[in-house]
This record gives sequence, structure tokens and C-alpha cells, in this order.
Amino acid sequence: MRTKRFLWIVARRVIRKIADGICLCGFAVPVFLPVVMVLCSSVKSEYELSELLSPILSSGTGEINWQFLSLYPTAGHFFQLLFGTPDFFTVFWNSLKIVSLILLGQLVIAVPSAWAFAAFRFRGRGILFLLYIMLMLLPFQVTMLPSYLVLNRLHMLDTHGAVILPAIFSTFPVFLIYRSFAGIPGELLEAARIDGAGEWSIFTRIGVPLGSGGILSALVLGFLDYWNMMEQPLAFLQDKTLWPLSLYLPEIDIRQAGRALAASVITLIPAAFIFAMGQEYLEEGIAASGIKA
Amino acid sequence: MRAWKKSCRKYRFNCRSRVLFLLPGLIGVSVFVLLPFLDVGKRSFQTAITGEFCGVDNYVTIFHNQAFLLALGNTARFVAVGLPLLLALSLFLACMIDRGIHARWWKAVYLFPMAVPTATVVLIWKLLFHQNGVLNGLINRFGGTAVDWLGSDASFWVLIFSYLWKNTGYTIVLWMAGLHSVPVERKEAARVDGASERQCFFYVVLPELKPMLYTITVLSFLNSFKVFREAYLVAGAYPQQKMYLLQHLFNNWFTNLEMDKMAAAGVCITVVFLVGVIVLQRLWDRKE
Repeated sequence: MRTKRFLWIVARRVIRKIADGICLCGFAVPVFLPVVMVLCSSVKSEYELSELLSPILSSGTGEINWQFLSLYPTAGHFFQLLFGTPDFFTVFWNSLKIVSLILLGQLVIAVPSAWAFAAFRFRGRGILFLLYIMLMLLPFQVTMLPSYLVLNRLHMLDTHGAVILPAIFSTFPVFLIYRSFAGIPGELLEAARIDGAGEWSIFTRIGVPLGSGGILSALVLGFLDYWNMMEQPLAFLQDKTLWPLSLYLPEIDIRQAGRALAASVITLIPAAFIFAMGQEYLEEGIAASGIKA
Repeated sequence: MRAWKKSCRKYRFNCRSRVLFLLPGLIGVSVFVLLPFLDVGKRSFQTAITGEFCGVDNYVTIFHNQAFLLALGNTARFVAVGLPLLLALSLFLACMIDRGIHARWWKAVYLFPMAVPTATVVLIWKLLFHQNGVLNGLINRFGGTAVDWLGSDASFWVLIFSYLWKNTGYTIVLWMAGLHSVPVERKEAARVDGASERQCFFYVVLPELKPMLYTITVLSFLNSFKVFREAYLVAGAYPQQKMYLLQHLFNNWFTNLEMDKMAAAGVCITVVFLVGVIVLQRLWDRKE
């Protein structure tokens, strides 16, 4: 009787584990499907693609009969894109420039700001921090007009500065980095002060090394978000030669699907690379953003 | 006396160096966000061209504006359907990941869409949801009737799908942080007292997750504004009616330089936003 019950419990556990596994795998299919589709079709030849997409292109009848595997895989689109399309390089370089300058600027601005909030007690600190959180929560659509007015006055519209500068002063990284600085015990800083360390050396020798996790989290989250940045360049950059990848890519006509797919894959590579390298920091960053201030 | 003076000077220097940490950021935030934002608040009470004071006229105008009401309704509907779906789905998956093995690996799987730039999948979205696209192909094969996903009211579900696809991983990580904060002793005590797995979840774990629910709701709501990226890239500035969100409207107002409406609507949204956040916080603080 007892063994029977024991077996029943074990069996139930095993069944639940299997059901969990099936469920998790099932939901993972739609997660990966779009990316797999991009990867698979980017190596299809021009002829194969036009055959595949004919129901859409000619707006005729019949549905796409999707094939994952290609009969004659080719890297032709990538060659054509990398060696035959100079404007792709311009756009790729734009994206890289925008993202790296934003992240660099955020390091210079946000890290000391976060340190000020975490390490010092000054009058108005609470109010100011609340204000920073409020600003972090406002969606871009609300701040679009204010930003436009300033950028217009500074004559910066239609330059990369229009996209970069407001993003540098974003308050989200301040909040994120603050969370990791706030974990440093105050006694440590007090001890350093008594030993005669200046504020700057406390910051660089104690704060930055101990808060590096939060800083990296902010960088990883920032990279993924700004690599995908669309609203700001759409509003502030009229000149298409200044556009980042995220706007250029959808402009490619579906009739040139091969080129568009190759460009999609190349756009994905840096983001996927950062994701793979910084997954741990990404998770930490997300979890930190969820802790109540 | 001398020593006192010295320490005083040192203290003052310290104070000044402390200010230097915050000042550059504060100046930037003020110049680029705060002051212009106040300026917009002022503009919302002025006419667009002449800048004369016109009271609440702009506010009256937007609430009689067909496009604004449509966009507002759609956004509200999107949030009302999408947010609970996202929260439930990600909690469900988070629980399964949490009690299973390879948690790290599974988290990475579901986080992956965060790393995929919208531009990368736009083409695939078009292939999937086109009238003659892959999804309709599947539906036909299983004997259903094809739906014009981007051209009919079904476009709403394309939005929801995009939102879930992009944000489930993010929310799973947040939920899991919450699940880890539930004390193991409490769960064990409930189990020892004979609570079933389900009872344990509903009566022990779920109440503990309440404070987390507040932040997750706020953050997911914020992320819901980013669904504009998919919507805009797939369907353009004037998509099917059910897909027309406040973000589209702001973008179009911006293109037409309708500053007065933007200012008034911006102020309205900000107020709703702040009130919403404060009310939510109060609500959850009281229940704790």
C-alpha cells in the first residue's frame, strides 16, 4: 500500500516535469520561429525567393508555401550587400556611431549622478530622485515635443546630435546604476573618508569597482534598446543618409527580399553578440529595475 | 584655530566636489527634458501660431478630435487586453522555469526576442500576416477561413502578438526575481500542513508576489508604448483603424507640426500616467 502510494507520487512528479518541458518547448517555438525564418531564407537564391514570395509580390491567389530548407543555399546576398551596396555601410556606421556615443555619454553622465544619489545625503535628494524616476517613466511620445523645441533652438535637428544628446541624459541608467551603488555599505565609505581619501578617489576606487555589475547592466540594456531605436531618429532626422539601420532596413522593397534578409541578419549579429556576452548582466539589470525605489 | 580653518576648507571643498558629481547630469536633464517640458505645459494653454493665451481650448479641441478619441480607445483596449495576458503568461512560464531544471537556459530562450531588433523581423511579420501569408496558409490547411490580418480588425491581435513576443522574457525575469523573494520556509510550512501544490501557490506564493505586481505592471505598461515600433514598421503611419495608437497619432501630429494638440495631449497623458502610478502604489501599499 505504502509503496504504491510512493510510486504514485513519483509518477506524478515525473509526469509534471515532462508536461512542464513540453509546455516550455511549445512556447519557445513562436519565440524563435521569426528569427529562424530570417536565417533560413537569407541563404535562399534570388530565384527561390521570388518563387516563395510570389503570392505576396503579385498579390495573386494562393498562400506562401513556406520552405525552411533551401535547395541551393547561397551567400550571394551577403556578398552583394557587403561589397555592392555602399549606402548600407553608411547606415551601419550611423547605427554604430549613435549607439556608442550614447553609451559613452551615459557612462560619463549617469555613473557620477548615480553615485551622488547613492553616496551623499543632501537637501532635496528625495524630491530630485523622485523626479528622475518620473522622467524615466515618461514615454518618448510625451517628451518628443519638448525635445524638439530644444533641439530646434540649438539648431541640432537633422544631425546625429539630435538623437544622441537627449539620450545621454536619460535618467533610466542613473536609476539602474544607483541600485548597485546603494548596495555598498556606508561604513566602507566612511572608513575611506576617515583614512583621508578624497571623494573622487572613493568614487573611482570603491564605487566603480563595486558597482560595475550595475554599470554593465545599464550598458547591455542600453545597447539593446538603442540598437533598436526608432522613434527618435524618425522624428528628428529627415536626411535619410543619417538614418540608423532600424529605419533603413524596412525601407528596402520586398521585391529585393534577398538584400533585405541579408541586412536583417547583419543587423541581428551585434545585438545577438551583446546578448550572448551579457546575458547575466541583462537579467540583473531587469531584476534591478523591478525593485521598488 | 588654524586646524579648524583647514578642516573647514577641506569640508567645503568636499561639498563642492560632491556637487560636481550630480551637476552635469542635472544640467543636461534640465536643459533637455525638464525646462522644455514646463514650456510645453505653458504652450498647452496657448494657440499654436500666435502664442496667445486661449485657456483650455486646446484641451477641448483634442477631446472632440475623432483621431484622438480613436487612438485613445485603441490604446486603452490594447493595454486592457495585452497587459493581463502578458502578466498571466509570463507568470505561468516563470513558475515552470523556476521549479524546473536549466532555469538559466530557459530564461535566455525567452529573453532572446529582446535582442532581436524590430527591423530584423519586420519582413517576417509581413510574410506571416499578409493576406496570402504563411499564417493564412496554415489556417487554410487546417480548414479554417483566412483572415486579412493587417487589413481588418484582426490587426489588433497582431499588435498583441508582437507585444507578447517581445516582452514575455523581460516579465519572466521580473516574476522570477519576485518568486525568489518568497521565503522557502513559508512554502515548506504550508506543504507540511498538507496544502496541495495549487493551494500553496494561490495562498502562499501569490500574496507574496503582490508588491512585485506593482512594479511589473508599471514596467510592462511602459514597454507597451514600444509596440509602436512593430506597428509602424509593418503597417506605416496610417495603419488599419484598430491598430491606430496614440503613438501613431503623436507621430502624425508631429509631422504636421500641430504643436497645440501635442502639448495638450502630452500634458493629459502625463497627468494620467502620474496619477496611475501613484494610485497603483497606494493600492498595493495598503494591501501589504
